[in-house]
Order: sequence, then C-alpha cells, then structure tokens
Amino acid sequence: MKLSAIDGFAHDLRPETKESVYKSTKKTHEARTKLLFDHFPNANRLRELAGEIKQHVIENLDTYLPKVEEKLKANGVQVHWAATAEEANQAVLDIMRRRQATKMVKAKTMVSEETELAHFLEKNGVECLETDLGEFIVQIDHDHPSHIVRPIIHKSRREVAVSFEKNGLGAYNDEPEVITRRARQFLRGKYFEADVGLTGANFIVAESGRLVLVTNEGNSRFSLAATRCHIAMVGIEKILPRDQDLGLLLNLLARSATAQQLTVYTEFIKGPRSPQQPDGPDEMHVIFVDNGRIDVLASECRDILRCIRCGACLNVCPVYRQASGHAYRSVYPGPVGAVLSPLLAKEKFPELADLPKASSLCGACQEVCPVNIPIPDLLLRLRDKNKREHGPSAGTPPMGAWSLLASQPAAWKAALLMGGAINFAPRALVPAPVRAWQDHRTLPPWRGGAFRKWMREHEAGKKS
Amino acid sequence: MNGTREQFLRRVNAALALLPKRAPLPQWDDELAVARKLMEQRDTLELFIERINLVHGLALTDVPAMVEHLRKGKFLHGYCDPVLLPQLREHFGPDFILETEFDRTRPDDYAFGITRAAGAIAETGTIILDDTTTSRRLGALAPWVHVAVFPRASIHRTVVDAVANLGGDPNIIWATGPSKTADIEGILIEGVHGPGEQIALVLD
Repeated sequence: MKLSAIDGFAHDLRPETKESVYKSTKKTHEARTKLLFDHFPNANRLRELAGEIKQHVIENLDTYLPKVEEKLKANGVQVHWAATAEEANQAVLDIMRRRQATKMVKAKTMVSEETELAHFLEKNGVECLETDLGEFIVQIDHDHPSHIVRPIIHKSRREVAVSFEKNGLGAYNDEPEVITRRARQFLRGKYFEADVGLTGANFIVAESGRLVLVTNEGNSRFSLAATRCHIAMVGIEKILPRDQDLGLLLNLLARSATAQQLTVYTEFIKGPRSPQQPDGPDEMHVIFVDNGRIDVLASECRDILRCIRCGACLNVCPVYRQASGHAYRSVYPGPVGAVLSPLLAKEKFPELADLPKASSLCGACQEVCPVNIPIPDLLLRLRDKNKREHGPSAGTPPMGAWSLLASQPAAWKAALLMGGAINFAPRALVPAPVRAWQDHRTLPPWRGGAFRKWMREHEAGKKS
Repeated sequence: MNGTREQFLRRVNAALALLPKRAPLPQWDDELAVARKLMEQRDTLELFIERINLVHGLALTDVPAMVEHLRKGKFLHGYCDPVLLPQLREHFGPDFILETEFDRTRPDDYAFGITRAAGAIAETGTIILDDTTTSRRLGALAPWVHVAVFPRASIHRTVVDAVANLGGDPNIIWATGPSKTADIEGILIEGVHGPGEQIALVLD
C-alpha cells in the first residue's frame, strides 16, 4: 500500500514551513476565539443563526437567483450566467474584447482560482494582474495559494525577496515593509493603466442587489476608483436575503478570518458610480457561476454551500497544520476543501477521494465555523459515497482480516494469544502494506488479552 | 445568452425539487450582533475615538491639530475637496500646497487627501465614505494620509445601526484603520494599496 497523498505532503514539508504554518494558524485561531467570545457571550448562537440564514438561502436559490438578478438589473448592472469555468472565463473575455480592453487588475477571488481566469486571459492576450499582495507573489512565482485568506502562508520572506529580485522589482531585500512598498509602487501604475477591475463578492444581497466586498489591503477599492469597468465573478451561494443580515455576517466574517472586528475595507457596491462622482466604473457586470455548485446543491452535501471562505477551519485543523495547503491538491484546502474540492471535481472525484478520509473527525472545524457547517458529517457522507462508487481506498489499511476476526470469537482469542509474536518479528517479515503504514507510525507493544485477563480476575474477586 | 440563463435556472429548480421541505428564514434582533460590553460606556464620540485608536487610526477634533499633524509628518502637498477648502484654507500656512483637482497622471504628488465623509461607526472605529459626500474616490484613497471630515452627529453607535442606514448610494466604503497586510510571515505592514494613515476630523 502506498502512503496516502496527504501524508506524503506532510512528510515532505520542510520543517521551517511546517513550523510557520503551525504557529501562524494557531495564533490566528486563538485571537479569533478570544475576540469573538469577549465581545459576544452568546457567540455560538450567532454562528447558528448565520448558518440558518445561509441554509435558508441555498435551499431557496430557485427564488433568490431571479430576485437578485432583477435587483441588479434595476441598479444598472448587467447580469451573466456561466454553467462552467470555461463559460465564466469566456464571459469575462467577451466583455474585455467588446471594450477593446487589454489590461485588467484583479482582486482576490476564490471562484476565479477555480476557473483559472488569469491563465486563460493571459493565453488570450489580456494582461491580468493579481493585486492582493499574497496573490501577486503567487502569480510572479507561478505558484498556487495554500490558504484561503493567507495565500503565501507557506513562503518565507527570503523566498519572496528572491522572486522580487528575479522579477525586476528591486535589489534583494527581505524586509516585509520594503517588499510591501515596492509592490505598492508597482501595482499603483497598473491600476491607472487598466481599463477593467475584476473582483469576487463576499456577499450579494437579494433585497437590495448590494454587492459586498471585504479586503484589508484596499486593492479592490483601488481598482474600483481607477478603472472604468467592474466585473464581479460570483458563486451562486453568495446571496444573503436582507441588508440586515450583513450586520451579523460581517461581524462574524472578520473575527473568524483574521480576528478583526471588521476587515479594514468593507465596500457596498450598488451599480456604476454616481453621475457626480468623477472616479470609478461606469459599467458593471455580475457573472453568476455554477461550476459544479448546482450538483452540490442536489447532493446530500449541500450544507457546504453555506461557506463564507473565512479560513477558520483551516486554522484550527490538526491535519492542515501538519500538511499545509498544497497537500489538498485543489483550490480549497483544509476541512472545507476536504468536502468541497472532491465535490467540485465532478468526474475526477476519485482523485480527491482521499481528502475526506484525512480527518480524525475531531469536530473542531464545525465548532469554529461562522455558519456552523456540520463538516464532520459531510466528511462521513463523502467517505460513504466513495465506498458506494467503489473508489480508491488508499490511506486506510484493509479491514477485511479484522472484520473476519471480530465476527468469530474463537479466531479472535487465538489471534490475541499469537499477537505477541509481532513484538519480536523482524521488520522483513511484516507484510509490505503494514510496513508502509508503519513508516510514519509506531505501534505500542502488543499487550493483547490483558483486558480479558483483568476482567476474569475482577469477576472472580467480586464473587468471593 | 438567454438559453444559458433558462437552462441554468432550470437546473437549480431541479436540484431543489426533491427537497421534502425548505429551511425557513429566521428573524433576528439587531441587538444580538452588538458587542454590548463595548457599548456600555460613555458617549458615542469617546467610544469612536477609543476604537479608531485601537485599529491604528487617529481621531482629531479641531482643524489646527490636523494641520500640525500633517506638518510634523512633512506631508505638505495634498488634495482637498473644493467644498471644504473655504473653511480650511486659513489654517494652512504658505508651506502647504493644496489642490482641489486630483490629477491621475501624477498620483505620487499628493501626500495627503482631505475629503468629507458620510459618517462613522463608534463600535468599530470605522469611517464611512460614499459617492455623494466624498468628492473623489481617488483623492480619499491614493495619498498616504487620508483625512475624513464629518460632523459629530453623523456617528452611528453600532455596526447594525450603520447597516440599517446604508441608504441608496452606489459605492459605500467603510474604512476601519489604515490599509494593511500580514501576508509576509504574518508581520503587520500598514499602507499597502490604500492610505498608510487614516485620520478622522470630527467637527461639531
């Protein structure tokens, strides 16, 4: 049996990366918990309520989607529908071509990571520049983000300094402040050159058509001040029913993601700029993206569509802390990714079927989730799905022999007596699959039968 | 494109058709999402000043203090909302250059930008900007220092109050402290794409 993929990544991770991922996720998690419970003695009720609101939305998307479309149109926004990643990317390119635009500045959006928009546009002759500092570094390094909120949690300042030097952004300097100033200067020029700014959406409100974006750096704010056209790529699950619900969700999102009361910039966008305002887009598009979401909606795992992409479950997860984000081989790492990534992979589900198994089901992810997603239950449902569909079983030792023993008392007793031999068996005699499993785990010494012996003596003692 | 839309929505309908019942929309009381412990104290302005300091912003209550702050930081060239200029000009000395136009071909010339703001939120130390009151989006964003000018009466006490009064402006921005990142090794750096200094000038 081969080592499961996620174990392999954890094994190969450099010690300094593992340490920095562990430390920073732990720190953020602890700060998040303190802030949330200091401010709200009933914080768990807030999480449950937010979960109920989002569950209501996803179970009523058939009425909410036309409703939000109508509001957006009334606000002067053009609405598009994209069933696949290709259709979503093509819709963006079509808008660019119609405007004869060749340059785009792009804020951080997870759905555009799913569709690999930047690659697609570059291939089609459109410059598409990531403006979030972390995503910008990922882009110039041809790397992949490893955390939903902190894309370069796996990189050291030295690595960043090297790639800045390589890309002509000044002589080697690994001071984070110097790196940040250089990025500010470089990207500033790009905002003013670009015709189109692309963003995602953290929320989009059905009753008002308000699109809400949060960033700490101000990159989406800059692209909505310097460019003339705003395109938002939005997963269909981002809807909230009422403006009022923003009061709850914004409070939860910032605390859960980065342990802030509010993210530095919260933008409420309701169409193109006002006539008296000289800066900002006079044209706005929203592209609603399916890319597998409707299939998830039809499945018994639809609760995962409540997710607001805060990353709190990554920060608390013992598996993520050991393996880091690339171990999940997909856009969404961590517990949410272990559910969402295999589902969004559609026919490639078997390739990611090991992810739902890479969990001890400790439940910490659900405890911190701002929308109370029952992630452990969903992981079990996906394990079951894999079993039913006869998917691969890598990562789990075969249980056939065990079930044979467990169902036959005589065989079980015999095995207990014989089992002691394993303490003395030379490694060469251990069957290969067990040996592979043992590479990263140490079995305690065999003490089989000790409990039965104790029980016999205990019972005897009681009688006398 | 219409075909895509109809097909899209038909698939959503089909996905939900088999659900035996749908989760209801819960009603909830705004009070639930208020950090009540913070709100127990004093008046709204004091709370706002305390909270904006915590997010590394700065609140000032008179014009000369603001001018002095800019002078001390050697921020001597800036953009100023033309509506504010008559009331502010006398406080600036001849060492300052004030422009009422923001020229996007030379954004680096502006060390500070002074604009009006629509209000603030005390609970979080947040400044509220919008298209109606903020003369130029770029003037409030591109310079290193942004001074937001608003009357004391426009401060909302809580986030939920501010949400309830969002209104119809197409571009409302809540700014809670200076622009920042912790992308590189978790080290906090202020002034990434937006202002490195966020100042509130609260007038009576």
